[in-house]
Amino acid sequence: MNQTVRRVAVLGGIRIPFARQDGPYSRASNQDMLTTTLDALADKFSLEGEAVGEVAAGAVLKHSRDFNLTRESVLGSKLAPETPAYDVQQACGTGLEATILVSNKIALGQIDVGIAGGVDTTSDAPIAINEDLREVLLEVNRSKSNAARLRALARLRPQQIVPEIPRNSEPRTGMSMGEHTAVMAQEWGITREEQDELAVSSHHKLAAAYDRGFEDDLVIPYLGLERDQNLRPDSSLEKLSKLRPVFGGSEGTMTAGNSTPLSDGASAVLLASEDWAREHGLPVLAYFTEAQTAAVDYVHKREGLLMAPAYAMPRMLGRAGLTLQDFDLYEIHEAFAAQVLCTLKAWEDPVYCRERLGLDAPLGSIDRDKLNVNGGSLGAGHPFGATGGRIVANLAKTLAERGSGRGVISICAAGGLGVTAIMEAANHG
Amino acid sequence: MADRYSQLINTPIGKVISKQIGLPQPPPLERWEPGKPVISGPVLFGAAPGGRLARPVAQVLASIRAEIHTPMQEEIRSAVAAADTDAKVFNAEATPSEQRFKALVFDATGISSSEELRAAYEFFHPTIRRVRNSGRIVILATPPSSCRNPRQALAQRALEGLTRSLGKEVKRGATAQLVYVAPKAESLIESTLRFLLSPKSAYVSGQVVRIAPPKSPLDAGVVDWESPLEGKIALVTGASRGIGRAIAQTLARDGAHVVGLDIPSQADDLALVAAETGGSTLPMDITAADAPRQIVDHLEKQHGGVDVVVHNAGVTRDKTLGRMTEDQWDMVLEVNLGAEQRIDHELFERGVVNPNGRIICVSSISAIAGNAGQTNYATSKAGVIGMVEAYAPALSKSGQTVNAVAPGFIETQMTAAMPIGLREAGRRMNSMSQGGLPVDVAETIAWFASPGSAGVNGNVVRVCGQSLLGA
Repeated sequence: MNQTVRRVAVLGGIRIPFARQDGPYSRASNQDMLTTTLDALADKFSLEGEAVGEVAAGAVLKHSRDFNLTRESVLGSKLAPETPAYDVQQACGTGLEATILVSNKIALGQIDVGIAGGVDTTSDAPIAINEDLREVLLEVNRSKSNAARLRALARLRPQQIVPEIPRNSEPRTGMSMGEHTAVMAQEWGITREEQDELAVSSHHKLAAAYDRGFEDDLVIPYLGLERDQNLRPDSSLEKLSKLRPVFGGSEGTMTAGNSTPLSDGASAVLLASEDWAREHGLPVLAYFTEAQTAAVDYVHKREGLLMAPAYAMPRMLGRAGLTLQDFDLYEIHEAFAAQVLCTLKAWEDPVYCRERLGLDAPLGSIDRDKLNVNGGSLGAGHPFGATGGRIVANLAKTLAERGSGRGVISICAAGGLGVTAIMEAANHG
Repeated sequence: MADRYSQLINTPIGKVISKQIGLPQPPPLERWEPGKPVISGPVLFGAAPGGRLARPVAQVLASIRAEIHTPMQEEIRSAVAAADTDAKVFNAEATPSEQRFKALVFDATGISSSEELRAAYEFFHPTIRRVRNSGRIVILATPPSSCRNPRQALAQRALEGLTRSLGKEVKRGATAQLVYVAPKAESLIESTLRFLLSPKSAYVSGQVVRIAPPKSPLDAGVVDWESPLEGKIALVTGASRGIGRAIAQTLARDGAHVVGLDIPSQADDLALVAAETGGSTLPMDITAADAPRQIVDHLEKQHGGVDVVVHNAGVTRDKTLGRMTEDQWDMVLEVNLGAEQRIDHELFERGVVNPNGRIICVSSISAIAGNAGQTNYATSKAGVIGMVEAYAPALSKSGQTVNAVAPGFIETQMTAAMPIGLREAGRRMNSMSQGGLPVDVAETIAWFASPGSAGVNGNVVRVCGQSLLGA
C-alpha cells in the first residue's frame, strides 16, 4: 500500500442559491438540485465527459427511492457515466465530511481528483405512510392466499391515513435542535443582543460579498433565484429585536432571526492532487491540510448537543501543532447564532477547557473580524447537506484572494457531532 | 423546636392571616444534620476585578463539592479551573429568573475606592432576589487596617454597612456575613467558609469575622472535616443543661472527648450529658478558691492537657442597679468573669493548653447593647469580650486562639421564664423573627474550636439572628 501522502488541492466550488422552505425550489428534488450543481461544476472546470475519481455527496432528508442519490445524480449529469459515486450522511456535517473522505483518497493516491458535495430539500421532504398502515400493507404483501389478504386488509382503519412527517428533533431526547441550543445558550449565558449582532453581521457580510462580485463564480442562478432567498441586506438590530423568542420559552433569547431557517439548496467542490491540477491547467486555490470529527454524549453526560466542534478543534490543533490564534480566517457554521457564541466562549473558558477538553490552558479567543468574513449560514440559509460545500468553496476562494494565510472550519451537527478542518492558501509560506 | 407562634404562622391559614395583618413571619430555619452536605444548592461565586481570594475560595468550593456558578469572568473561571472543578456560567441578562442560588459568595478584595464599590452593586443587584430559603451571602474583604491607603480602607470598611443591610433585606431565613481576610491568611478561610455557608450558621447573620495569620503558624495537618475534633479534649463549663449541653453534644459529634463541668448540685444532669456524649464529668464550683488548680490538675493528670476550653457557665441575677444587692452584683461578676479569668490564668501559667488550642468564651448581646436590669450581667459579659481582646495577641504567638460568641435570644429554660412581652420582643426583633436554638450557639463554638480555625482569633461573633439590639 502507498505510504506517501500527497497534498490535497482545493480547486474551487459552486452552489445554487439557497432557498427558504416551500420557496422557489419547493418542487425541486434533491436529485434535481445535485445534478444541476454537478453540471455547473463540470462547466466551471471543463469536466464535461470526464470521469473523475469519485463523487461523494449526500442529503440529510432523503426519500427511500434516493438510496443511490449521488450516483443517480452523476448519471444524469455532464460527468462521464464511468464516474463512481456514493452517498454520505452525517447530518449538517455531511458536506465537510464528504470533503474529508475525498481528500483522504487523494492524499493516499487512491484517486487523483474527486468531487465532494451535498444537497437538501426541506420542501420536497419525504413523507412516510403511517406505521400501522405500513404494517398492514406489508402483511398483505406477505399473504399467500386471497383469504389471508382479506384478513390483513380488514385491519385497515381511517386513522391510518395520517402520515409520518419527518421531524427536526433528536430521536434520543425528543427535543428539537433549537431547544437543545436554547439549553446551551442558557448554560453559557448568551444574551439576545449578542446573537442578534452576529445575525446582522452575517447578513451584512454576505450582502457585501454579493455586491463586490465575490459570489459571482461561486453561485449560479437556479429556478429564478440569483441570490440566497434568506439574505436580508437591510437587516438591523432594531428589526431583529422585535422578533419573539421561538426556543427556550418566554425568557428565551433565540428567534427566527438569529437561527437558520429550513432551506433548500446544493453545493459541490472540486478537489485534486497538485499534479492533476497542473495537468489540467487549473489553479490551486488552497490546500486541505487537516480535519477532525468528534462526538459528544448529549444524552447521558448532558453535554450540549452542538458542542462537539469544541472538542474536535483542540485535537486537530494539537496534531497540526497550531494554536487557535494561528488562523487568518475562521469559518464557523452559524446553525444558530447561539451555537457559534457558545463554541467561542467554550474555547475561552478556563473551566470548560480544563474540565471537559482536558487542556491545561484555554484555547483562547479569536479576532472576531476574521470570523465568517463573507457571511455565514444565518445570512445564506442552511440546507443541511449543502453547507459544508458552501463553506469549503468560500474559504478556498477567500484564501486565494488573500494570497496567503490559513483558515479553519468548524461545523456542528445533529446527533452530537462536530467536524473541523484546516485549509491553507496555495502559496502559504 | 419552633415556638408556638412560629408553628401557628407556618400553617397554611396562619401564613395568610399573618401576612394580611402584617405580623412577623418567622421562616423555618434549615439546620445541619450529620450526613448533610455543607451546602445543598448552587453557589454563585463572583468577584470585583483584581481581587486576591478567587483561588482560595474556588478551592474551598471545590472541597465542599458545591455546584458552582460564576459570571464569565476570566479571573474567576481561571481560579475555578485551577481548583480542578467544574462551574456553570451565570449571566444575569440571559440566565432565566427561575435559576436561584443557595449562596452568593463575593470576593470584594479587589475594590480599592468608593467608586469601585459599584462592583458589589453590580454583583448583588441581579442576584439578591435569586437567593433561596435559608440561603447564604458571604462577602470577603480586606481588613481596613491592612489596606494600602485610605481610599481602599474606607471602601473595604463600607462593606460592613452593605453586608448588614443585605442581611435585613434577604429574609426567608437567609443570612449575610462579611469576612475580613488579612493578607497571608488566604489559606485559612476554609473552616470559616464551611461554617458560614452551611446550615450550621442558621442563626448567625450580619456578622463581621476577621481571619488573620497566626504569629507563629502551626502546621495543623490536613483537617478531617467530618470529625475535626477527633482525639481532642474539650472542657465545657456549665455543661449540664441548655446551651452548655448543646455545646457538649456538638463538640462530641465532631469527635472530641468532652469533660463536662458544672456545680455539684447539677451532678445528676451532668452525668446524663456525659453518658450521651461519651465524655466525663467534673462536678465543681468554679468560683471556689482552688477550682482553677483542681481543674488544671484534672486535665493534666487525666488527659495530659486540653485542646478546647469553653467558658459557658454563667448566671443572671437581674435587678436595676439601684435595687441590686451587693451579693447579686458580686455573684454574677464572680461566676461570669472572675472565675473564668482565674481558670485561664492557671491554664496558661501551667502550659496545659495544647498547641493549636482554643479558648472560647460565651458573652452576650446584653454586653454589646446594654440591657435594663442587667448591669451586673452586661458588665461581666463585656468583661468577657475584654478578656478575648486581651489574650488574643499573646495566644497568637503560640498558635492558639481565643474567641467569644455573643448569643442573642436563645430558646432555653432561662428565656422561657421571661415575661411574655419581653420574650416576644426578644424573639421577633431580629432578621429571622424568631429565637435561636442552643445548637446554633454550639455550632458557632464548634467552628471556633476546629483545628482549621487557626486564623480566627480575637473575634466576637453574635448568634442573634441579626438582632436589632446592639450594633
